[in-house]
Amino acid sequence: MVTTSFTPIASLVGGAMIGLAAVLLMWATGRIAGVSGIAARLFPPYEDSELAGRLAFVAGLAAAPVLVRLVTGGLPEQTIAAGPALLIIGGLLTGLGSVWGSGCTSGHGVCGLSRLSVRSLVATITFMAAGMATVVLMRHWN
Amino acid sequence: MAILVQFAIGLIFGLGLIVSGMSNPAKVLNFLDVAGIQAGTWDASLAFVMAGAVAVTFVGFSRVLKLPRPFFADRFYLPTRRDIDPRIVAGPAIFGIGWGLVGFCPGPALTALGFGSLSAVIFVVAMCAGMVLARFIAQLPSSTRYITPADPLET
Repeated sequence: MVTTSFTPIASLVGGAMIGLAAVLLMWATGRIAGVSGIAARLFPPYEDSELAGRLAFVAGLAAAPVLVRLVTGGLPEQTIAAGPALLIIGGLLTGLGSVWGSGCTSGHGVCGLSRLSVRSLVATITFMAAGMATVVLMRHWN
Repeated sequence: MAILVQFAIGLIFGLGLIVSGMSNPAKVLNFLDVAGIQAGTWDASLAFVMAGAVAVTFVGFSRVLKLPRPFFADRFYLPTRRDIDPRIVAGPAIFGIGWGLVGFCPGPALTALGFGSLSAVIFVVAMCAGMVLARFIAQLPSSTRYITPADPLET
């Protein structure tokens, strides 16, 4: 296990930037900034004609580290401890569950809670609890 | 223009994920590891990310939604469902397990692609396969009799 340091200020500021992005997307397109919904709709069946905008949003997400590297000359630490098998299983469950539950950390956690949605509160409590149970079992089971 | 704006918004979102530390799965896992509270290895940062994001979004949404319409669209697309169906628990439970196994949720995983790591690519390909699978299952004629449809506007 890699220990990480508690970063309250940076996390609060970064969180506020995520919130700003959610507000701007609502202002611009009238839609919830839910990354799982946006990503899932990059694939058929296409229900509307917003594909280009969704591609642009996802490209923006992936471009963020590229911009950081250009400006600062480096990237913050990123430790991905999971091996290939765990990455594939984890990825499948993340994609399947977030679409099945109509949202992930951004759609339910950020936007839904901000709209005082009870469905999003139930979803957020559930994925937080499931995530905590999974990590505690994986790390401390023996 | 609308496309460029959405790219810029995605960029701000991604920068927020990097600044907040959430692009690092180790930080996410150390938050989810609540057994670490006693051991002193718990990283509470994720709670501060959520607090910052929800505070700004709560205030911002209430202002933006007073506008007659979005800048580039005819109307606001807001979720309307309020019922608690099995799907709103089962989906997040499955997602939470995947999140806990690796430490990536969809936003940070897509942002991690720009870090250039092969692990992120493997995760994202599997994640997209899971998303396509979920949409495929949901629209099977045999399953639509038993499951309520998802709220497409919620995500």
